[in-house]
Amino acid sequence: MDQLHNYLLIASVLFSLGLFAVITRRNAVAVLMGVELILNSANLNFLAFSRFGGMNFNGHIFALFVIIMAAAEAAVALAIIINLYNNYQSINVDEAGQLKR
Amino acid sequence: MNIFIEYSLFIYFLPLLAFLVNIFFGKRLPRHGDWVSIGAVLITLALSMAMFAGMLFSYDPDFRVESSFTWISLGDFVIQLGFLVDNITITMLLVVALISSMSHIFSIKYMEGDPLYSRYYAYLSLFTFSMNGIVLSNNLMLLYMSWELVGLSSYLLIGFWFAKKSAADAGMKAFMTNRVGDIGFFIGIMLLFTAIGSVSYSDIFSGVANGKITGTLLTFAGVGLFFGAMGKSSQFPLHIWLPDAMEGPTPVSALMHAATMVAAGVFMMVRLFPIISPDALVFVAYIGGFTALFASTIAITQNDIKKVLAYSTVSQLGYMIMSVGTGAYVAAFFHLVTHAMFKANLFYGSGSVIHAMHHALHKKHDHETDPQDMRNMGGFKEKMPITYWSMLVSTFAIAGVPFFSGFLSKDAILAGSLSFANHHPEHFLLPVFGFGAALLTAFYMFRLIYMTFHNEPQMPELIEEIHESPKEMTFPLVLLATLSFFIFYTLPYFNPFSDHGWFTYVIEAKTSLVHGAPSAHAIAEGIHHSHLPAMIISLLVAGLGILLAWQMYLKRKLSAERYANKFSTLHRLSLNKFYVDELYERFIYTPVLKLAGKIAFLDWDLYDKYVVDGFGKFTEWFADLIGKMDYDGLDQGIVDGTGRSANRLGDILRNLQTGQLQNYILFALFGVILIVIIQTMV
Amino acid sequence: MSSVLFWIIAFVAIGSAFIVVLNKNLFYSAIALVFTFMGVAGLYVFLWADFMAGVQVMIYVGGILVLILFGIMLTNRISSVNISHSNYHQGIGAVIVIGIFFILGWMILETPWLRIVEQEPTQTVGKIGRLLMTEYLLPFEVASVLLLAALIGAAMLSRKAN
Repeated sequence: MDQLHNYLLIASVLFSLGLFAVITRRNAVAVLMGVELILNSANLNFLAFSRFGGMNFNGHIFALFVIIMAAAEAAVALAIIINLYNNYQSINVDEAGQLKR
Repeated sequence: MNIFIEYSLFIYFLPLLAFLVNIFFGKRLPRHGDWVSIGAVLITLALSMAMFAGMLFSYDPDFRVESSFTWISLGDFVIQLGFLVDNITITMLLVVALISSMSHIFSIKYMEGDPLYSRYYAYLSLFTFSMNGIVLSNNLMLLYMSWELVGLSSYLLIGFWFAKKSAADAGMKAFMTNRVGDIGFFIGIMLLFTAIGSVSYSDIFSGVANGKITGTLLTFAGVGLFFGAMGKSSQFPLHIWLPDAMEGPTPVSALMHAATMVAAGVFMMVRLFPIISPDALVFVAYIGGFTALFASTIAITQNDIKKVLAYSTVSQLGYMIMSVGTGAYVAAFFHLVTHAMFKANLFYGSGSVIHAMHHALHKKHDHETDPQDMRNMGGFKEKMPITYWSMLVSTFAIAGVPFFSGFLSKDAILAGSLSFANHHPEHFLLPVFGFGAALLTAFYMFRLIYMTFHNEPQMPELIEEIHESPKEMTFPLVLLATLSFFIFYTLPYFNPFSDHGWFTYVIEAKTSLVHGAPSAHAIAEGIHHSHLPAMIISLLVAGLGILLAWQMYLKRKLSAERYANKFSTLHRLSLNKFYVDELYERFIYTPVLKLAGKIAFLDWDLYDKYVVDGFGKFTEWFADLIGKMDYDGLDQGIVDGTGRSANRLGDILRNLQTGQLQNYILFALFGVILIVIIQTMV
Repeated sequence: MSSVLFWIIAFVAIGSAFIVVLNKNLFYSAIALVFTFMGVAGLYVFLWADFMAGVQVMIYVGGILVLILFGIMLTNRISSVNISHSNYHQGIGAVIVIGIFFILGWMILETPWLRIVEQEPTQTVGKIGRLLMTEYLLPFEVASVLLLAALIGAAMLSRKAN
């Protein structure tokens, strides 16, 4: 419990799961949820290192900013998704493949 | 430079010049250039006569002028060529020039209208040039080269009417037979050269005298040299070409095959007599003697006038050769000169007769009858008096009738053979050959005269068309007939029964340089002793021959047909020249040709087809293979293949661009893992 | 006792995360996400980051999650909530993700971390506030501008076309 690597492992699990969601899920919102998971794991890492690195508050500040960024990003992402839905009637990421040659 | 050498150079090169002019430009010159050759040979005659006069004035049996230049010089190997002028040379030059001029003049009318007239004269000049080369040479190399040239001229002239197959064949036969003799000749020359190291006569003579080459080797060399004479002078068994050579124009027959070319063999033997060993001389004598008798046995049954004369020539040459063999080589040379005169005359006479026959037959539009067959002649005496009388004179000469030149020379030869047999009783056959041939010679020559000029014409419808030949043809006849009298050879003496005269004075017998040979003096002694018996026997024999001919052909007391039937086998053998040609054909020509055919098969069908073609085919196959490797393998496989695989790779990789973000993330992560793994490995 | 609690919270967080990722129903994923955020906040407490825990709950759960739920509801079609997954993608994705997890895990366990542990501070809020105003003033201001931009952007994007 008081081991750094515990926290790091948990964070890495969350990271892997978030990554899996990003790669695999078809729904755009689900992909967004995966991204949030990744951000959370990053935060966990920061705070873990902050505590076990001599209670350095830099980690805290950074995690705070990450949350701020996540919020902004989620807002914009959802706006985009809604737009996408309005235009294509679907939020299946497979169908948004107009970059394909 | 000595005047004789200077004249000799002119004599040598003028006919060559005439040959070159006529062969290249003859057709374009006026009269087809005959005057070029005639002019050249007449100048030669004049110079020869001048030299002859000089010889008579100096009257020196040891006269000798020599001049040579270096032809090849390679370190130790040196060959010098040059001229040797002595009494024998001068006499021979005169003979050649005289007979050659006569042939040139005779041919003006005889060859008139022939399409290859200029070429004919060119060849005559070539022959004169080559013959003079033999006469003037002072070394075996120039002798051999001129020898071959003479053979070439003979080939060209015998086969002059080459469109006629028999003429072309005869020319080839002459050349080939000559060549066979020349092989032996060359071996002889090489033996001498290797032993002595030089080809010039003087070096060889001194070499033999010093014993550089002796015994069997010297005999072999001598026999080798004699082989050349056998080929050139048509001795048995190489006599087969001379009768066939009658295919050539008659002036050619007169010049070459009576007087000069065939005499070259005798001339060479006379020149080289001092180095021929006694053993070789015995061989020479037997060949000569046998040929003399053999040829005359054939001549008695021949019906073609030129064939009779041809076999007669062979026989007379046999005489000369036998004389050399018995040691009386001056007598041989003497007979050479007299024979040249009267035999050439006989040939010209026959030419005149044939010419007249041709004209007559042509007028009668008869193209079937043979103009040379004596059985179609007869009674020409009144129609062609000049021809008749000149031929008669020459016939007396050849038969050995006193007061004529032939009597003296033949006598000397027979005396020589008799003397030889006296000293070497085991060689008794030689005089038998000699006298037997003399009898037959007298017989068949008079037979010729009677059949051609006497009795009734065998073709009466022809006789009124027969007339005497033009003066260009009769002039040589008269001239040579005159020279058939004894007087010209015995001056300053006038004894018709003795051969003493300028000739026997300036042409002196030299002692043989071979060890153990009888000296010239001893030989001369022997001849002197045998002279009288020889004369008596030869007179008897000649008289008998003439009598037989007279009875058989003029008086018709004896029937030729009855005797022919009685000795039918012999008659047939004689008429068919003892089947020598047929025997050669069966036992020599055919096997050799078969062998040649087999070898040709090896070369053409096996080697060419399999090795050469096979090599070509292999190269083709190999080239195909490489081509395939290049086109299909290299171009298609590698060059195009690279392009194609790049295409396919592109097609595959295109599928990566899905346009889907998640795929790209996947690939990126995959790459990350890869990098991490590689980092840990490294 | 606290370690047990720690592991329970950790388990909750991870378990919910699994549900988020694997569940076919979006609603269930969203709810599970709530629990994940809560779990993570709990872990923050264990890390003496009390302020951060509070912020986490407030913003994540209260703001972002609500936003997501609205997004789900707005983009939902009655028939197709279930979206078919293609197999290979999942398979390969799983392999790669597990690979990444192994790399991370191995790295974490192998590295000799330098631990400097101090005493638990009484409160972190004041410290963080002070830091924001002094050291991290510029990022603070930038963040606020960013939020403004995001706000305007989102509003612009969701505008209906007139």
